Amino acid sequence: MLNQYETVFICTPVLSEPQVKEAVKKFRDIIVSNGGDMIHEENWGMKKLAYPIQKKSTGFFHLFEFIADPSLIAKVETDFRRDERVIRFMTVKLDKYAVTYSSKRKRLQKERTEKKEG
Amino acid sequence: MAQASEIRYLTPPSVEIKKKKYCRFKKSGIKYVDYKDPEFLKKFLNEQGKILPRRLTGTSLKYQRKVSQAIKRARQIALLPFVTDLMK
Repeated sequence: MLNQYETVFICTPVLSEPQVKEAVKKFRDIIVSNGGDMIHEENWGMKKLAYPIQKKSTGFFHLFEFIADPSLIAKVETDFRRDERVIRFMTVKLDKYAVTYSSKRKRLQKERTEKKEG
Repeated sequence: MAQASEIRYLTPPSVEIKKKKYCRFKKSGIKYVDYKDPEFLKKFLNEQGKILPRRLTGTSLKYQRKVSQAIKRARQIALLPFVTDLMK
């Protein structure tokens, strides 16, 4: 049984850009190498937090969207918990409305970027 | 002879034209409430960051549940505050 999931996680602001990329790559590799199918990725960059987490008021936000077996989620979440660079993470299962919403959102984003380039 | 038209009120009777509330999700056909869009979710919060009741927003029960779920998710990943003062 496969489900579509969406994970948002926040990295500490003390990291530099390449360090953040490295952390993102680590989690992407964990998902892909364990049979997950990455559909979409989004980097929101440095954002202000609505409330302080671990005495930090900003963080690097990143979004993964992937299809995976439910057993993979527990594994990925333990890795998130062990990693000190990640200050907050949340994985959400997407229902059928969410899937159509996210595909629409992706299409809109694509159009927007194409407009910028064109 | 007192007639109905001669009745005088001390204070003029307030004629309220009540604007009918409606569920914005049903009206505009939104099926999924996104937790990643804090600006939209702020429409359902008061200035302390509390979720507004259905009685004020007019949202239908089905979508109120989805809104509250989305707000709680947004709070978890620090897109919305749990408590604040003067959010707007």
